Amino acid sequence: MPVAETEKILLNMGPQHPATHGVLRVILELRGETVLGVEPDIGFLHRGIEKIAENLTYTQILPYTDRLDYVAAPAWNLAYCEAVEKLMGIEVPERAKYIRTIMAEISRISSHLIGVGTHALDIGAMTVFIYCFRERELTLDLFEHATGSRMLTNFCRIGGVMADLSDEFLKRAREFVDIFPTRMKDYEDLLTENRIWLKRTKNVAVITADEGLNLSLNGPNIRGSGVKWDIRKAEPYAAYDKMDFDIAVQYDGDAYARYLVRLEEMRQANRIVDQGLKNLPDGEIQAKVPRVIKPPKGEVYVRTEAPKGEAGFYIESDGTNKPYRLKIRTPSFANLESLPMMAKGGLVADVVTAIGSIDIVLGEIDR
Amino acid sequence: MTEENVNGEEKKEEKEEQEEKIEINFDDNPIVKALKSRFSDDILETYCYSDKTDELTVKVRKEKIKEICQFVKESPELEFTYLADLTGVDYPERDERFDLVYHLYAVNTNQRLRLRISFKENEAVDSVVSVWQGVNYYEREAYDMLGIKFTGHPDLKRILMPDGWEGHPYRKDYPLEDQKTPKQRLKRERP
Repeated sequence: MPVAETEKILLNMGPQHPATHGVLRVILELRGETVLGVEPDIGFLHRGIEKIAENLTYTQILPYTDRLDYVAAPAWNLAYCEAVEKLMGIEVPERAKYIRTIMAEISRISSHLIGVGTHALDIGAMTVFIYCFRERELTLDLFEHATGSRMLTNFCRIGGVMADLSDEFLKRAREFVDIFPTRMKDYEDLLTENRIWLKRTKNVAVITADEGLNLSLNGPNIRGSGVKWDIRKAEPYAAYDKMDFDIAVQYDGDAYARYLVRLEEMRQANRIVDQGLKNLPDGEIQAKVPRVIKPPKGEVYVRTEAPKGEAGFYIESDGTNKPYRLKIRTPSFANLESLPMMAKGGLVADVVTAIGSIDIVLGEIDR
Repeated sequence: MTEENVNGEEKKEEKEEQEEKIEINFDDNPIVKALKSRFSDDILETYCYSDKTDELTVKVRKEKIKEICQFVKESPELEFTYLADLTGVDYPERDERFDLVYHLYAVNTNQRLRLRISFKENEAVDSVVSVWQGVNYYEREAYDMLGIKFTGHPDLKRILMPDGWEGHPYRKDYPLEDQKTPKQRLKRERP
């Protein structure tokens, strides 16, 4: 049967679109249902945090780091504090390290629940989204209990953490750790062997390990392509060197593989929280830090494994109490670069799958 | 602790640091060795922050940046296949106004390397998109925020600021509190 020649058209998707996870605009070049080109357009949420930071003292910058990845704020607080501590040569007390690790891992669960939930919602599986938010609510309650805030926690401090964990928190966290694996079964029952889910995600938005590395793809996305690289293992920070966990890795490089990686990471994060609660040492939660933080001249680049990937802070100090240049290396910014490669040649509906599967957050991309 | 105490401690610390400026020789470092064997004349400086040897910075000649990037990526002993970050830094009072900082990572050997180049305001830098495709957005960001021009970039345009924006926000002489309204800054013709 002869195929009718169709015209090339440009389709604008976003910035206000339920499947773009915020204010992402994607310009699609289509022929019929086939995607010929994808061009992400970003910057709608640009706040100039790096410029603001140059005019603030090191402690004043802390609240801004929450607003990068607003679904996993403790992970970003941690990344920033690690960077300043390296610059200052501050050694954090053991208990604070454990508390940081616990909070970072709860935020990983929290972030991946949104990642998996909204990804499923985009494709049409609404129930999973509701289930994911049921558990996310529990993690937010934990944050609220420890920090007083549900989303923008601002929990880490340079040299330690804001407050000690109360007995009530430990009890609640223990309850959460115990029930979470059973709750995860709900998502798996709904998705992992669901035929529609498999058809929509298997062999869709494929990217190989070499292509991914070349495009600076990082975090769970590159692990879905078979690169066994996790900064928590490769360059341990906080208390990760004392934790026993596995790197989640899948080899297919498609949307389904990335979904499986996120599920496994949630399980491993739960394991880490469990160990953290069991082995939580006694002691100080705050190191002695000079009141005015004035690092010596020089530059450091410190990276941590945030839920979305490599979260790095490059800080250049000129010896004053404000950073000369502070660059925030955000994982979603780099992950978005892979979107055109993933979506090209596929169908329009698969663009939504691709965006959902790389789990971007626009607060982090636009900074 | 009283404030005086804190300040006193600080001053002492500062003094100590000035006294024992740590000079680390990187000639035996395998990365530096490999680089020097090929580009002995183009490496201007190797240093690190304080005593932290994992913060290795290699300052190179800007004309050779593309060649050096190609080399560190493809040489079998280095294999820096992953570009983590590219940052532009502005020093308005310097003759060579801008610095570009490349953060590289070797996934197989778990090593980090920082390359650094300096150049004048109106000079263009060779784009390294042909080496790591992922640098595309970062170069666009450096162009957008600092006005650094890259030769050989496939699609050099603004990324975070809107097209037609006047000025480059991360330059040190760009005002923090802008006297102009966004409408005055935006010189875009409606299609």
